[in-house]
Parts: sequence; C-alpha cells; structure tokens
Amino acid sequence: MNATKGWILPAASDVAHRVDHLLFALFVVTGVTAIAIAIVIFVFCLRYRRSAQVDRSNAPANKRWLEYTWTLTPLAIFLAFFAWGAVVYAGFYGNAAGAMPVFVVGKQWMWRLEHANGRREIDQLHLPLGQKVRLVFATEDVIHSFYVPAFRIKQDAVPGRYTELTFTPTRLGTYDLHCSEYCGTDHARMGGQVVVMRPEDFARWLAGGGTRPTMAARGFETFRRLGCSGCHDSRGSVHAPDLNGIWHRVVHLQDGRTIVADEAYIRDSILLPKRDVVAGYEPIMPSFAGQVSEAEILDIIAYLKSTTPEPR
Amino acid sequence: MNARVVPVDVPWRRETASLGMWVFLATEVMFFGVLFLAYMHARIVDPQGFAAASRLTHEWLGTINTGVLLTSSLTMALAVRNGWAGHRRLVIRLLWATAVLGLAFIVIKGIEYGLEWRDGLVPVLNFTYSGAHRRAVETFFFLYFLMTGVHAIHLTIGVILVAWLAIRDRDPARPVRRRESAECIGLYWHFVDSIWIVLYPLIYLVDLYR
Amino acid sequence: MSAIAAPLPTVPRESFLTQGYTIGSWLGTRDHKRIAILYAISITLFFFLGGTAAAIIRLELMTPQGDVVSADTYNKLFTLHGVVMVWFFLIPSIPATLGNFLVPLMIGAKEVAFPKLNLLSWYIYVLGGIFTVAMLIAGGVDTGWTFYTPFSTMFSNTHVVLAAMGVFIVGFSSILTGLNFIVTIHRMRAPGMTWFRLPLFVWALYATSLILVLATPVLAMTLTLMVIERVLHVGIFDPALGGDPLLFQHLFWFYSHPAVYIMVLPAMGVVSELITCFARKRIFGYRFMCYAILGIAAFGFLVWGHHMFVSGQSVYAGMVFSMLSMLVAVPSAIKVFNWTATLYKGSIVFTAPMLYALGFVGLFTIGGMTGIYLATLAVDVHLTDTYFVIAHFHYIMVGGSVMAYLGGIHYWWPKVTGRRYSEAWGRVAALIIFFGFNLTFFPQYLLGYLGMPRRYHEYPPDLQVLNVLSSAGASILAVGYVLPLLYLGWSLFKGAPAGPNPWNARGLEWATDSPPPQENFREVPTVTQEPYAYDPEHPER
Repeated sequence: MNATKGWILPAASDVAHRVDHLLFALFVVTGVTAIAIAIVIFVFCLRYRRSAQVDRSNAPANKRWLEYTWTLTPLAIFLAFFAWGAVVYAGFYGNAAGAMPVFVVGKQWMWRLEHANGRREIDQLHLPLGQKVRLVFATEDVIHSFYVPAFRIKQDAVPGRYTELTFTPTRLGTYDLHCSEYCGTDHARMGGQVVVMRPEDFARWLAGGGTRPTMAARGFETFRRLGCSGCHDSRGSVHAPDLNGIWHRVVHLQDGRTIVADEAYIRDSILLPKRDVVAGYEPIMPSFAGQVSEAEILDIIAYLKSTTPEPR
Repeated sequence: MNARVVPVDVPWRRETASLGMWVFLATEVMFFGVLFLAYMHARIVDPQGFAAASRLTHEWLGTINTGVLLTSSLTMALAVRNGWAGHRRLVIRLLWATAVLGLAFIVIKGIEYGLEWRDGLVPVLNFTYSGAHRRAVETFFFLYFLMTGVHAIHLTIGVILVAWLAIRDRDPARPVRRRESAECIGLYWHFVDSIWIVLYPLIYLVDLYR
Repeated sequence: MSAIAAPLPTVPRESFLTQGYTIGSWLGTRDHKRIAILYAISITLFFFLGGTAAAIIRLELMTPQGDVVSADTYNKLFTLHGVVMVWFFLIPSIPATLGNFLVPLMIGAKEVAFPKLNLLSWYIYVLGGIFTVAMLIAGGVDTGWTFYTPFSTMFSNTHVVLAAMGVFIVGFSSILTGLNFIVTIHRMRAPGMTWFRLPLFVWALYATSLILVLATPVLAMTLTLMVIERVLHVGIFDPALGGDPLLFQHLFWFYSHPAVYIMVLPAMGVVSELITCFARKRIFGYRFMCYAILGIAAFGFLVWGHHMFVSGQSVYAGMVFSMLSMLVAVPSAIKVFNWTATLYKGSIVFTAPMLYALGFVGLFTIGGMTGIYLATLAVDVHLTDTYFVIAHFHYIMVGGSVMAYLGGIHYWWPKVTGRRYSEAWGRVAALIIFFGFNLTFFPQYLLGYLGMPRRYHEYPPDLQVLNVLSSAGASILAVGYVLPLLYLGWSLFKGAPAGPNPWNARGLEWATDSPPPQENFREVPTVTQEPYAYDPEHPER
C-alpha cells in the first residue's frame, strides 16, 4: 500500500509543507551552484586543454579577495539554511497545547498504538484531519524509529525514556509507516499505515470497536493490582506521597532539586524509585522494573493524569 | 636541485622518540577520556548515589597511594635529570626507587581491592550492596574497577620499563642513548601519575564529609 | 625541440624491490615502501570482500521482496559491508598505502620515524583482519557497523564480541600509522623543506594523522565498554541499570565523525597533486588550502551530534551541532573552488589520473552539498536513516575517496613499480567507474526522499524502478573496479619502463629513480623551491 505517485511524495502534514519548502530551496541553491561549478570546470577543461592555443600568461597563484568571497558567501548561505531549518525543527517539539495524544510503543517487530480512550491498534494509526496530534513514543526492547515519510516526521523510540513529536495531518489518505532505526531481523517488516480520516469519520471509528476500558480506567486497574494504592492512597498507613493531582505538580526532591511531574518523572518513579526521592520521605518504594510493561506504565500515567481536576 | 649529504641518524633520533611519546600520550588521554566522560555522565544522573558510593571507598589507602605515586614521579624526574649529568650510580638508585614505589602502589591497590571484595562491592563477581542507591553504587564501582584496573595495567608496564632502564644502565658503555629513552619513559611515568591525580578526587573525595 | 631523441628510460637494476626476493624479506621488512605494498595487497583483498557483500545486497534489492537471502543474512551482509569497507579498506587506504610509500619521499627523508612500529602496524591490521574473517566464518554479526546499544549489548545473538575485537585491534594499526606520520613530518624533513613548501598531500596526511591518533582511542574504549556490557551485564548504556543508550551513540559518533574526515582528507591531498601536475599549474591559494585542511580536521571533532538529530538528544544540542556542521562545510567548499581556479589558464591533459581527479571534484561537490541538506535540522528529520544518507556518504567515500585512491594508484604506479600502465585502458576504466557510480548512487537520493529507509531488504513495490537502476549501476561499477586489477597487473610484466619522472612532475618523489632505491635518495636533497613549480605556458618543462 503506497501513497507515492512516481517521484512525488505527498505532503500530508503541516510540517511536511514547511520541510518541502526548505528542501526545495536547498535543491535550487545547491543545484544551481553545482551546475555552475560543473560548467566552469567544463569550460576551463575545454578552453585550457593542452592542445589549445590560448593566452595562459600571468596565471594568478592566489587572490585574497576571491578567497574571502568564496569563504564568506557559502558560510552565509549555509548559516541561513541552518536558521531556517532550526526554526522548522523547533516546531516538531513545540507547543502541544490542545493536541490529541497517542501513545506509541514499539517492540520487535511491531508498533502498538493507543488512543486516550483506550482504542488500540497494531501497525496502523487512524488520525483525524486537521487535529494537532502529540505522539509519545516508548519501546519495550531496542531503539526503533517511527517514520511517516508523507508527514516528514521521524522520531526514535529509545529504551528508558519517552520521546515525543507534535504535528497536524493536513491531507486525507493512507500513508506508509516505517521503522527507520535498525532493530534486528524483521526491521524491514516493522511498518504499517497511517490513515487520515475526516473528523466525523474518525470520531465514529474511535468510538467503535466494542466497549473497552479507557487507558485511564485500565491504569487504575493496574494501579490497584500492583499494590500502588496500598501505599499511595491518602488513607494508607505508609507514609508515601499522595498522587492525586500529581500531573504537572511541582515536586521538591530530597537533594534540593525541584522538578515538574511529567511522564518521564512518573515512569522513573515506578522503575527507578530511589533516584528522585521526594523531600521528607524515606526511599522505601520498591522498583517495579520487570513487573510492569511500557504499555501498563502509559496506562498508569493516563490514570494519574485523570486525577487532576483540569486536564492539561 | 642542489644536493648535500646530511647525516640523518643520531641527532634526530632523540627528538623523534620524545615527540613520538608525546603523541602516544595524547592517544592515552583520549582513551582514558571516555571513562572520565562515562563517570561524569553517571554522576550527573545520580549525584547522591555517587556520593554514597564514594564514601564506601578507603580514602586512607587512596591517599597513601597518591603520596607513593607522586614520590615516584619525583624520583623519576631526578633520575632523568641526573642522567643528563651522567651520575650513573645515583640514576640507577633513583630508577629502582621509582620502580619499587610503583610496585608499592600496586600492592596497596591490591589490598584495597581485597577489602572491596570483603565488603561485597565487586560488580558481577561479588556485589552484595543493598542500600538505598544500589544502581548508582554498582555503576560507580564498575567504573572504579575499570578505571583503576586500566591505570594499574599502565602502571605495571611503566614499572617494567623503569626496571629495564635501571638494568640496562649498569652497562657503562651506553652514554648517549640513556638520555632519550629515560626521558621518554619519564614522560610516560608522569602521565600515569597524572591520570591517578585525576582519578583520586573522582573516586575518594566525592562529598567526603557529609 | 632537440633533434636528438632522449634515451629510452629503463628499469633500474637495483631498487627497493630487488633488496631481497624471499617472503621473509617482505614480511620482516622495515622499508616503508615495502610496507606500503603489503598494505596495498591486504586492503585490496578486503575491498573485494566488502564489495562482494555489496553485490549480494544490490542483487537482493532488485526486487521488493526479500527473496535472495533471509532477513538475518541480509542484516549480516550490510554489517559486513560497513565494517570491512570502513575499517579495513577506507581508513587505511590512502594513508597506509600511498602515504606510507610517499611521505618520506615527498619530504626528502630516507625512512619514517619509527620503521619497526610501521611494520607492527601492518601486523596489527592483519590480526584485526583475521578476527573479522573469523567472525564472518563463525556466522557473522548483524548489528550494523554502528553497533548501537541495546541491540548490540542485549539483543543480538550474533558474534558481536568477535567483530568488536577485530575493529578494536585494527584501530591500533591506525593509531601507529598516524603517530609515525606526525613525528616523521615534524622531524625528518629535508633541509629547506619548510612547512609551507610541503606538498598538499603531506599536509593532508598530517591532518589525517592528527585525527587518527586523537579519535581512534575513543572508539577503542567505547567498543570495550560495549563488549563488557554484553558479556558481564554491567555498564553504562543499559537503562535498566541506570545507563543511557544515547551515551553509546555520543561516544561512537565522537570517533566516527572524525573518521569520515580520515577517509576524505587524504583523498583531497591526492587530488591536489593530480590537478597541479596535469594542468601544469601551481595550486591556487596554497595557504588557504593548508588552512582548509587543518580546519576540516579541527571542526570535524565538533559535529558528531548531527548523526543524532532524531535520537532523543535535546533540541538545543541539535541546534548547536547543526550550526557547527555548517561551519565544517566551508573549508571543503574552499578546496573545491581552489581546485577549479587551478584549472584556469592551465595546460590540461586528460590522463587517467586526471579523469579520476576531475571526477572527485564533481562527485565530492554533489556529496558535500547533500551534506548541507542533512545538516539542516528539519530536513534531516525526513532524510536521516534513509537511502538519502547512504547516497550522501557513498558520493563522498566512493565517488570521492575511492576515485582519488585509484587516481593516486595510477599516478604513482610508475614510481612504485617502474612501469607504465596502459593509458587507454586507464581512461576506459575511469569512465566506466564514473558512469557506473552515478547510476548506482544517484537514484538512491530519490529513494531516500521518497522514504525508503536504510538497512531494508524489502521495500514498497513502487520503489522498484529506482532500485533496479541502482543495481544495474552496481554491476557496471564492479566491472570498472576489476579492470585496473587486470591492466595494472599486466603492466608489471609487460609495461614500458617509466623512468624517474614519466609525468614530468614536481615533487621530491620524482627526483629519484622509479622504483626508488631502498634509501630513497642517493643524496639527501635540499629544497629551495615552492611546491608545484609548474609553468602552464611551457608544459614540456
């Protein structure tokens, strides 16, 4: 299943258009320069070939002004492209306000994608047209990379952390999804499709597929099953931080640092609880590494987010 | 093109050996640099854990060893300097002193490793630490054994080279060559000492008085 | 013109080649010229090993399905191709063959500073090669030449340790070569050979040697840490142990980016020698060329993060590395302009070496410009880890370095062997290689833009046309690479004697016999001239 038509790759996201403009500019500038250099070399080779009787006197050995010109001009052009590229790049990671989150877990050799309402997909991602999307990536094993050429987006999923990307699909259609970080035997088969639908079709799709618990509901289940509520419930006997409303709360740590509770903090607290101990608490929380999967951690995060009165 | 016969051997040899040693030492700096970077990264990730781990080291032994190695650098430098002046017997004694001090360092380090084994702080082979910062302590001691181990290998090679120099210098018929090889080995010795001077605070002095 | 013909040149009765005919005289030699030939034979063998892997890869990629080899075998093939071509061919190629042979000759010395270390470096190379071949025979490794963790430390069940050991060992060969050149160039120049009278080839090898000695130890220790983590399950890269996979990437690329300048700087040095000789003209902007060479080496150490723009490193780090990458492109651009200006008012002949040199300038320019695409942050997000990157680095390493290497082999062939090769065949091979190369790799830029990731043995069906073109080009390229083996080999027996200076070139290496005597010069020369003292108005002088 493919969306390329000959040599044209559709530009199906807001960033895709910006990247294509930049690419086109690069192509024109470098193309013109390369052709110009080629023409000059060709002309010199022709005109000054050994058998040609031309004036070769006073050939210069250097010209300062020429050297400075062809040093500073490329430098200026390159730095201009740097600046333009940096601005567009910052847009990949910027402002996620109002974005619809989708949680992506890569594992050898498939993609598991989960929408906030709990609807899951394997190797397929349905998205609504014109809605800003925030993809959060995790991996169960090795480094993978989520690549949708038509969107011009790519992001590595790295073990031990979350990475993310924000963009808006701008074109209906079905587009290729590839894994683009070598990950073992079936790296080349770890792909799928992204389907961009009209918002009303997407809403219907999202609600369809039978009843299932939302991520937050599943997270609450896991939170109880693993015994988290035993200590972290405000009525519990163990002195442990109350997690109600934890999302984006300012947390003061034992070593004097202050951080904001985000996805990475919650994940680290579950897997490496001795690392960022909250001030005033003993480091007695056991690690749940090996007992909880990446998907379950994402569910727990969704649950904890839901305990915040106002979603952010 | 004019041609002139120029003797190319002896006057250039000393300078090539010494420059060669400097270049080699530059490669060693880059080699150890990776370990220092790994240490720096791990310590930034968990400074408290590293501090806890550092308090488990035997700073008295480390400090004695630092004194031993610095003294050995002194004797080595004096050996090279006196070599120039041709005081053969003094030079040989200074070289042996250097080698013996180097050996002393290795012995003390061995004792320290033994104590760490007894305390259950050897990753992979015998690691029984179960306190609050287990992961950081394990990483710390992994880097500790790797860095001091690689350093000790370099030091052992240095001891062998210095001993070789001392033995070779007994032959009275070797005035010229002694100066350049002694100088090169001296450079190497001071480098090994410098690596230790960087390692010492990184290992023993993190948050020492808590 | 004189009415009396000059006497025909002959092959001198005594030369470094006649000092002993036994295997022992070669395997125990301290002669930099013989060591260069030992290296040349070894790297040629590895080139064809890596090339065979590439041939099978291109064969597989003729169809969208993975139907020639299994996925695991394919993964081992591209890993083998990368490991062999980078460490056993490209990095030693020009420095250890042409460099070893020519640096003492070009500076007027009779030997390198440390001849025994030089021989040792070759033995270390061979030992590293043995480990790599052992790894291949034992079943190969499938991590990619980049050995990314945690796949290499925790998930691959192939011979990672053997492969890492092979690369670790061969790294020391690089370090010793670089160390030797630095000391030789500093201390053993002939009287009058000041720094700014050195040929640019020597400058290029000097800068390359700085990178060799400073960057390679980082690779050695990084591979050591990776192997320790794989075998002992302690380490600094595994997040479950509190480590970071990105730390491996930073350490790996801190070496591997400067490594690409190890691969291209010597080639640039060769090109400067070829263009000046075959345009009969001094290089334009000699001092700027020297500073550009040093600038490439220095800035090359500052840009490694541009391999990691989508890896999860911070956005600000990405911006810093992108900007620095733009800076490193500037000295390369300066060199291209200076080579072009050197042709102005020259007197140009299109010998095989000159064809290779001109090919280098064109293909390096294209490859270098696509580097600007990749250094541009937002564009790199789309293009990284695709065939665009593969095309980019092959344009520079194959279209650039390999062509320069071949140009140098042809140019100095008469000096090394005392024989001339067939100029007609030389030109034919150069043109076949140029055409085959472009057909192989230009379509890959398009494949990359269209979204074909790298290290894929299967791909979407409508990318097949471009892949078939690329594979067709590869078969032509293969023919081009085999041809020199044939006519150069033939010339060893039937080639006309070359004489000391068949190209009428400047440079001290041409002031002695072909092949040179063992001590290089019968009398140590004194240098009084600027380099490249050519006169385009009188090309015959």
